[in-house]
Amino acid sequence: MLAFLGRRVLIAIPTIILISIFVFGMQKLLPGDPVLAMAGEERDPEVLEYLREKYRLNDPIPVQYLNWIGNALRGDLGISLRTNQPVLELIGQKLPVTIQLAVMALIIAMVIGIPAGVLSAYKKGTWIDWVANTVALSGLSVPNFWLGIMMILLVSVQLGWLPASGYRPLSEDPIQSIKTMLMPAFVLGTAIAATLMRHTRSAMLGVLKSDYVRTARAKGLSERVVLVKHALRNALVPIVTVTTLLFGELLAGAVLTEQIFTIPGFGKLVVDAVFNRDYAVVQGIVLCTGVAFIAMNILADAAYRVLNPRMKDQ
Amino acid sequence: MTAVTDPRTTADPTPAKSRSRFWSKFLANPAAILGGVLVLFFVTVAALAPILPIFDPTATDWLAVRKAPSAEHPFGTDEIGRDVLSRMIWGAQASLLAGVVSVAIAVLLGVPLGVLAGYARGWTDAAISRVTEALLAAPFLILAIALAAFLGPSLTNAMIAIGLSAMPIFIRLARAQTMAVMTEDYVESARAIGLGHIALIGRYILPNIFPPILVQSTLTIATAIIAEASLSFLGLGQQPPAPSWGSMLNIAKNFLEQAPWMALYPGIAIFLVVLGFNLLGDGLRDALDPRDH
Repeated sequence: MLAFLGRRVLIAIPTIILISIFVFGMQKLLPGDPVLAMAGEERDPEVLEYLREKYRLNDPIPVQYLNWIGNALRGDLGISLRTNQPVLELIGQKLPVTIQLAVMALIIAMVIGIPAGVLSAYKKGTWIDWVANTVALSGLSVPNFWLGIMMILLVSVQLGWLPASGYRPLSEDPIQSIKTMLMPAFVLGTAIAATLMRHTRSAMLGVLKSDYVRTARAKGLSERVVLVKHALRNALVPIVTVTTLLFGELLAGAVLTEQIFTIPGFGKLVVDAVFNRDYAVVQGIVLCTGVAFIAMNILADAAYRVLNPRMKDQ
Repeated sequence: MTAVTDPRTTADPTPAKSRSRFWSKFLANPAAILGGVLVLFFVTVAALAPILPIFDPTATDWLAVRKAPSAEHPFGTDEIGRDVLSRMIWGAQASLLAGVVSVAIAVLLGVPLGVLAGYARGWTDAAISRVTEALLAAPFLILAIALAAFLGPSLTNAMIAIGLSAMPIFIRLARAQTMAVMTEDYVESARAIGLGHIALIGRYILPNIFPPILVQSTLTIATAIIAEASLSFLGLGQQPPAPSWGSMLNIAKNFLEQAPWMALYPGIAIFLVVLGFNLLGDGLRDALDPRDH
């Protein structure tokens, strides 16, 4: 297993270098002189030259890249223009909020998506299957920011059941924290639930046709035991992999969800950074999500090997 | 996905027969027809926007601010008295244009790169594949947001950002499909009679990888429309006063209590058009799949 992980990490290195080149290249897309953007109203040539020297913008581009990546490897992703905080520190502050949102969303998605997929496969071709598929496709077609707006309108404005905003950290007030996160997590979880339902259904359909399920039935085991102990257990292998890979979708969905419910997380950070032209923060976020996504990919492969005994010898 | 590798399709001597089989399968699928009808409806409405007898989508009316739906304004008016229905009809143009143009960018850049990787193999393939993996590592929307931020907020830049973010999917698909087609006997024979690279790709590879690319394009248009609406919702797409569904929702969220209709209808429109493309894509996939169910 260690050798496998080592090999996967080695393969990931060129990809991470390429991501860093893209992220570095993004700032070169900016129209005009980046120093003018940094200096704001200031147009004094001496100040501009000072900034150019300070950020080493007079160096050739490959040298600029090497400086930037060297700093990034030491954990220095630059300073936020708006808050003057190191970018990595800013990301570290906001990440726990988004992780709480993502974990709650994933739990909701699994509670809805997996049983729905199992039922839909088991009852293939019946009205239950049809309803589950229709709901899943609708879940995939609804823009989640609109679903959020409609939930606020119904649950907060009309019924007054849950607050529409007012995030509290989990460590301060756990009950209030979960209460304010419930609606955003549901909104974020629906699209993921739909994807999970579709994958569970197709995995279960494959497993239900297999010989060992037929054997289990022939042995006279109850349908519940066949379904849960024999079929679902095997279908879970690809489902776990897919769930790990849904991380990217969760993060992207969090950008919009946090915007609607004014949750001070990672997604709100990226949108605020974009509007404040705080480019170091935008670059830092893209780089971190890219690296995290690759790490999740490796984790998914590892989980697949652990769960699937046939992969062990390969 | 296996459509082109299955000998039953690739060896089919009569294209007319397979075309009629496609249509009979497609037309027997009510969900696919519903998808087609939804897409056709929105395309027609968007195309007819200039000649439909509706209000000017940017004309303000201070005497009709946030008016509830009525006979005069069937979907109500917005915070500065503009007609919501006519803004939605003109907004359909922006959404559909964004969906189609960004997918066209993704296909026109992604398919040639994918075919090249699958055809040339070796270091060309390795280089293209590594770049694709790196692009796939950043979540689609985050990449699009970052690109739109650096390019500057506008509908054109949003389309470029979405197109570039969607490109890796097509590189991967075209590469895998090309590799599958390359193992077919007819490609071997074509090579044996000395057909050049360009002719081989144009005459044998591209036509055979077309069906899965078409299915993926249809499904990606759905994703691209949501992405454009998301970027416009964040203020990174279509700029005011030009109408778009995403930017309408961005303003509407500030008036939820006073004017809920401002948020209701644009969202339903996005949902229906995206559902349409998703149903159509699923239907095309089923109809083009040579494995009979």
